[in-house]
Amino acid sequence: MATERVNHKWGMVIDLDRCTGCQACVVACHAENNVPINTQDRFLQHRAYEWIRIERYWEGEFPNVKARFLPVLCQHCENAPCEPVCPVYATYHNDQGLNVQIYNRCVGTRYCINNCPYQVRFFNWWEPQWPATLRNQLNPDVTVRSRGIMEKCTFCIQRLRRGELTVERQEGGRLDDKTMQERNFGPACVSACPTNALMFGDQRDPKSAISPYFADANEHVHEEDRKTRAYRLLEEMNTKPNVIYLKKVDQYPLKLKQGEQNG
Amino acid sequence: MQEGRALTPTQINRDLLRPILEQPKWFWPAVFVLSLIVLVGVSVAGYMINRGLGVTGLNRPVAWAFMITNFVFWIGISHAGVMLSAILRLAKAEWRRPATRAAEVLTIFALSTALTMPIMHTGRPWRAIYWLFPYDFARGVWPSVRSPLVWDPSAIMTYLTSSTLFVLIALVPDIAVLRDHTTGVAHRIYSLLSLGWQGNARQWKFQVVAGVLLSALILPVFVSVHSIVSWDFGMSVTVKAWHSTTFAPYFVIGAVHSGVSAVVFVMIILRQIYGWQDYIRKEHIDALGRLLIVVATAWFYFLCMEIIFGIYGREADELAMREMQFLQYPWNVLMIIFAGITYFLPVALWLPRTFRRNLWIMSFACISVNVGMWLERYLIIVPGLARKQVFTFTWQTYMPSWVELTLVLSTFGLVSLLLLLFSRVFPLIPLYDIKEGEFLRTSVQVGRRTVPATIRED
Repeated sequence: MATERVNHKWGMVIDLDRCTGCQACVVACHAENNVPINTQDRFLQHRAYEWIRIERYWEGEFPNVKARFLPVLCQHCENAPCEPVCPVYATYHNDQGLNVQIYNRCVGTRYCINNCPYQVRFFNWWEPQWPATLRNQLNPDVTVRSRGIMEKCTFCIQRLRRGELTVERQEGGRLDDKTMQERNFGPACVSACPTNALMFGDQRDPKSAISPYFADANEHVHEEDRKTRAYRLLEEMNTKPNVIYLKKVDQYPLKLKQGEQNG
Repeated sequence: MQEGRALTPTQINRDLLRPILEQPKWFWPAVFVLSLIVLVGVSVAGYMINRGLGVTGLNRPVAWAFMITNFVFWIGISHAGVMLSAILRLAKAEWRRPATRAAEVLTIFALSTALTMPIMHTGRPWRAIYWLFPYDFARGVWPSVRSPLVWDPSAIMTYLTSSTLFVLIALVPDIAVLRDHTTGVAHRIYSLLSLGWQGNARQWKFQVVAGVLLSALILPVFVSVHSIVSWDFGMSVTVKAWHSTTFAPYFVIGAVHSGVSAVVFVMIILRQIYGWQDYIRKEHIDALGRLLIVVATAWFYFLCMEIIFGIYGREADELAMREMQFLQYPWNVLMIIFAGITYFLPVALWLPRTFRRNLWIMSFACISVNVGMWLERYLIIVPGLARKQVFTFTWQTYMPSWVELTLVLSTFGLVSLLLLLFSRVFPLIPLYDIKEGEFLRTSVQVGRRTVPATIRED
């Protein structure tokens, strides 16, 4: 039995070349994390909960257009701008590289929303409600957040904790890519992704699938020096996200008029 | 040389204590109307706290808007008090005398009103208290001193405490006069509040020393408070419109601009309703008008600097934000109105001497400045949040709901009500200061002739 706690540092890699924009991750996240249903009302009020969302951008001019998808979730920044501005330490950085939100402490100043460049923090404007038929689908491992507090992606910390307890404490193994995949201890969005565009793992485990990308991105500051397609969102802000994106490889780029740049 | 006729101490007492000793007829109806406005505001706040912030127009990127704008606005108004009384007292400006107390009292009431705004604006106001007054040591969880939201209440509380002391010290001699003019319960209360004031030389010495000391000590607080309020915005690295090094001086000078205008307006109202033509004279309004031209121009310089610094970097997200501010409806219309009514119109009105001495024109100019300064904060806060970063997918706009509109309007009722109630209990023009001014008049009346005084001791 392992008595010492394994020193993980979680990270995610999102391969934009594989993402089809199917939104399976969005549905999985809602079901796993007791996220209230986004009704039409909520969307019209611009208050929809999207712990993970697929941002869709159009490239080119109609009819010569292509849709681009960008799944955005909490980037779990090492230098998170949302953390120092909270007056009550409701959000802080834990030793596993996660940016965690403590619901009990939160008073709802919403300064962290303002200071999040990725727009991935969600405020409970109303008391959350579910249709009566969905009462029994709530996940007992996850708190239902009340009105007036902030919530956001946790990298499914409840699954990670369960994995650490069963695999590491009881069985004496190590929570790695294989165990997480086989026994569903990784985040729900990763398990749901049909094209494996989302990869999750331990940055400190050299055998994990994500660690080469993190090593590459950490070693080379400039994107053009990197050997892989890795980049981070708003890298120039130096928030040091624990989420890495892999660039899309476009085999058939749009035919552009002269002077236009391919974005 | 001062304008107006010379006044005897008895006459000063009679004129300035009139609203306290003889109740004006319109007093209770006015209190009733203002209380009704405040009551509506309190009920709407209760409704909002009961239902949740969903009843406001706030949305995802725009998480701060109307109420925070109103908070910054009232903090700005509160800056007039110290600006007028401390700076002018230290500079021994003669024309400050009738304006000081109204300005200081406006400071206290505007600050207390401002404080209510961010508290109701939190998601769980009943828990916000543990961050404002940190008591939670049982769990060892203290407020995070890295957060500008912790600096903010500390600065405001310091300012509130020091300006309350400032007012109280100036009030003691006047309360003693009131004590001598009243009987019964009122006499007892005033006796208690006058702290045994007898007007002997030793007490006057202490009172003057305390006043000068507090003036000097309060000035850094005055500069720091609005700087810290501006850091709520300036320290936000991710909001391009807010993250600016010019914000602290820009907000301080803007606060003086709106605050002094508000004091001029309050003084004109007091002059009209209490018939204080001999005390708040046109020369005072004139002098404040001249001061305002300077303040407004300094503020306008910072406004231009803020915009130039913003677009100088030519970053895509900053340009998108500026495009929203200047070119997109309704922000472009608001921007033009804002620049017009905050600088060009009032300064044009303040330049000719005849206009500065016309109370209607002065009131109009001062109201226009305050509407404009409210818009200024709104135009910084909302477009800044609506165009925060380059991700166009999350761009949004904002419309206030009736809840926010009612709350903002009711704060004006609250400040007016508090000022009215104060004026019924304490003199809003310092008696002893006016008497001192009379004593130091640069011209003295000898029989029928007015002769310039040659000696002045101060």
